[in-house]
Amino acid sequence: MSLTISRAFVDAIIAQSRAEYPDECCGVILGPAGSGKASRKKAMVNAAHSPTFYEFDPKDLLALYREVDDQDEEIVVIYHSHTETEAYPSRTDIAYAGEPGAHYVLVSSRKEIAPAIEFRSYRIIDGVVTEEEVSITD
Amino acid sequence: MSIEVRIPTILRPFTKDQKAVAASGASLTALITDLDSQFPGIGDRLLENGALRRFINIYINDEDVRFLGGLEAQIKDGDSVTILPAVAGG
Repeated sequence: MSLTISRAFVDAIIAQSRAEYPDECCGVILGPAGSGKASRKKAMVNAAHSPTFYEFDPKDLLALYREVDDQDEEIVVIYHSHTETEAYPSRTDIAYAGEPGAHYVLVSSRKEIAPAIEFRSYRIIDGVVTEEEVSITD
Repeated sequence: MSIEVRIPTILRPFTKDQKAVAASGASLTALITDLDSQFPGIGDRLLENGALRRFINIYINDEDVRFLGGLEAQIKDGDSVTILPAVAGG
């Protein structure tokens, strides 16, 4: 298991996490249904506006799933930032993870650590977290 | 009365992988009761202590049921119901 993602998306997610600091930022990367390819990034509003929690606005969530259906896409990546802790799923991340097919990407916006070790990807299925390799393409 | 209910991936093990199922009920409570009788166990994933789970979103057509009276929300023939787990965490 691994995630293949472009350098441009990695940079954009890190930039978004810094722009929205001290709140957590969030979003998705979509791809053609069944492809598993991370091809279209979409930032989402963190309706919780919180440094310790994120939640897609329920109305935005419905619109997102409609859009994904209409365009015959799938949610390949669900990402969010941690503002002061490491890029590892928290207890609530694990409890609420509802997309067994998605890569859950965590980025830490702690500034003192290099981005390379702060951008990590996981599968979260039935409460079990499995970290996977991230391969970044140019 | 038949209502189309769209089922999220995480609940499809209950519906034998069907993305949409038909159910009936004039209120959300009645609809969930019917869903649970067709797909035993699914009700528990939607309700906790008799209330809607905080991190499950249910929509009637385009509206979040929290703005339609929650479990009391009325459903009429031809409505479509969508269930989506919140995308949330800490």
